[in-house]
Amino acid sequence: MASDTSKRSSYFLITPMALIFAVFLVIPLLTIVVVSFWDYDEYRILPDFIFENYNYLLGSSVTWSIYLNTLKYAALTWVFTLLIGFTVAYFLAFHVRSLTWQIVLFMVCTIPFWTSNIIRMISWIPFLGRNGLLNSALINLGIVDQPLEFLLFSDFAVVLADVHLYALFMVVPIFNSMMRIDRSLIEAARDAGASGFETLKSVIVPMSKPGIAIGSIFVITVVMGDFITVRLMSGGQSASVGLQISNEIGLLQYPAAAASAVVLLITVLLIVTALLRLVDIRKEL
Amino acid sequence: MLTILHAATGERMTGNGAIELIAVSKFYGSTQAVKSIDLQIPAGAYCCLIGPSGCGKSTTLRMIAGHEVISEGDLLIGDRNVTELPPVKRGTAMMFQNYALFPHMTCAENVAFGLKMQGVSPSDRKDRAKEMLARVHMEQFADRKPDQLSGGQQQRIALARSLITEPSVLLLDEPLSALDPFLRARMRDELRRLQQELSITFVHVTHAQDEALALSDMVVVMEDGIIRQKGTPHEIFNQPKSRFIANFMGGQNIFKGTVSESGPAGTLLARGPDSFFLPGFAEGKAGEDIEFTIRTDLIGLDETPPEDTKNGQIPVEITTVEYLGLWVRIVATTADGKEITLMKTESEFRQAPVRRLDKFIAYWKPEHAHVLA
Repeated sequence: MASDTSKRSSYFLITPMALIFAVFLVIPLLTIVVVSFWDYDEYRILPDFIFENYNYLLGSSVTWSIYLNTLKYAALTWVFTLLIGFTVAYFLAFHVRSLTWQIVLFMVCTIPFWTSNIIRMISWIPFLGRNGLLNSALINLGIVDQPLEFLLFSDFAVVLADVHLYALFMVVPIFNSMMRIDRSLIEAARDAGASGFETLKSVIVPMSKPGIAIGSIFVITVVMGDFITVRLMSGGQSASVGLQISNEIGLLQYPAAAASAVVLLITVLLIVTALLRLVDIRKEL
Repeated sequence: MLTILHAATGERMTGNGAIELIAVSKFYGSTQAVKSIDLQIPAGAYCCLIGPSGCGKSTTLRMIAGHEVISEGDLLIGDRNVTELPPVKRGTAMMFQNYALFPHMTCAENVAFGLKMQGVSPSDRKDRAKEMLARVHMEQFADRKPDQLSGGQQQRIALARSLITEPSVLLLDEPLSALDPFLRARMRDELRRLQQELSITFVHVTHAQDEALALSDMVVVMEDGIIRQKGTPHEIFNQPKSRFIANFMGGQNIFKGTVSESGPAGTLLARGPDSFFLPGFAEGKAGEDIEFTIRTDLIGLDETPPEDTKNGQIPVEITTVEYLGLWVRIVATTADGKEITLMKTESEFRQAPVRRLDKFIAYWKPEHAHVLA
């Protein structure tokens, strides 16, 4: 029958995507959830169904301080990437008039992405270090007497590297939102007597909200799960949830790592849900 | 001239929406979109700028609005030179072609936007927005977002938004072009009614002849960055100054002939074997080519035309008969291939029906001829 054939062909058509999702997302996730309930000792993991991993994780004050620290990184990175991303996107969308220049400047923004994360991060070290370029320059100019210690291996360094790495994730979606704003709306606002700032406040920002939300989701999820930036830029002096998981894996405590991962996943999902509640991003997709 | 201070803002407002453009030009790089035009629009007039696309009519409107910098020349509104002023200081408001409603605001918020920018208190804003929405019969849609409205409804909101600041000049950029024909006619009435109620100056850009004729006190025909003719709709339609305007406004047949005799009583033209008389036209020189127009509804068809049309006759063959409801459009072709369009009312046509390939003499009264400059 015709309807049977069409039914079969639509199932057939969704099969590849469904398989990819199953193999690369659903099965690994389920595995993690399952393993998080297993037991372990120094050298083995033991299939079981216990809540010990979660009890230990949620009962430990270390966990809470690590979460607080990670949220602090995420919040600071979010604020700075948002400010930078919005400004850059605004400049590209409203001040660069020709499409050619928009494309050229946009490419310029992506140039740092031609090298790997790690290399970009490591290159901060000779710049920010105790005897690095910045400190030498400041001392030579007589601005400071002693090298500034907070520049490297500090929260400052972690946030700086995060902002550097992820600002573009904010620029792109906000730029995309802004390009969809009909230019006659800006004129209409001006016609009604709005100043540049008022136009920004009452037309451009509200209409860029979907882009801001998407950029925020990118930045927050990436920073929440990050461990390499924290490890390198804090010099091992700060911890993040990602770093904790990575350490647990290093100690072969897979069930504990899995429990941490599940809790982190839930945390991030809650943040994303809250963001989606605030802003309707559907028109943007 | 009436100059008052706006009660709420203390800003100088002029009660006079007279517009004067003095040698106004617009350059985009090396191309000149508007070429040193002079135009005076009296206060309280409904003026239509009309012309083919790219003729500079929209640019002219945007220069009056303050959304396009005036490259050269001066703009006076209510006897103030406003050439350098931003839109809000000019006392103008613009209604945009695509309405440009803020999609994230409700209709009431859209309408109240200009007041918000003036710093009017929220409760005052609400009241005045409500009043304005009532004026355009949209009060029940106050809390809707623009994308929940039809094109005609969006247009009313856009109209209300631009009128809320009580401008002395309203500028409309092709306001009816996005509507279907039925709505267009209704909105036309509404625009005219509002303009008369508010008695402020409306400047309306359009490319539709019927719109310009129906709405205007004053029609300005532009072509190639230049004003070709300005006048009342009646003048523009009946006394077009050039072939371009006659063709653009429509409703005219253009004939050409060579002057054979000219005197104080008029000029006699020859066109092949036919001769046409132009009464009252004494400027023709013998041998010169002259063009004149005859309205499509003032040409008759007969085998034996009346005696008083002796010098306004041309033998034709009917090539097209098109039934348009109220009108029947007839195209007749002369022996040398010139097409003449005739419009007959349906009842006229039924009294004397014609068919394709019928042979007749097309005729008109010589005094209906209008000579093109």
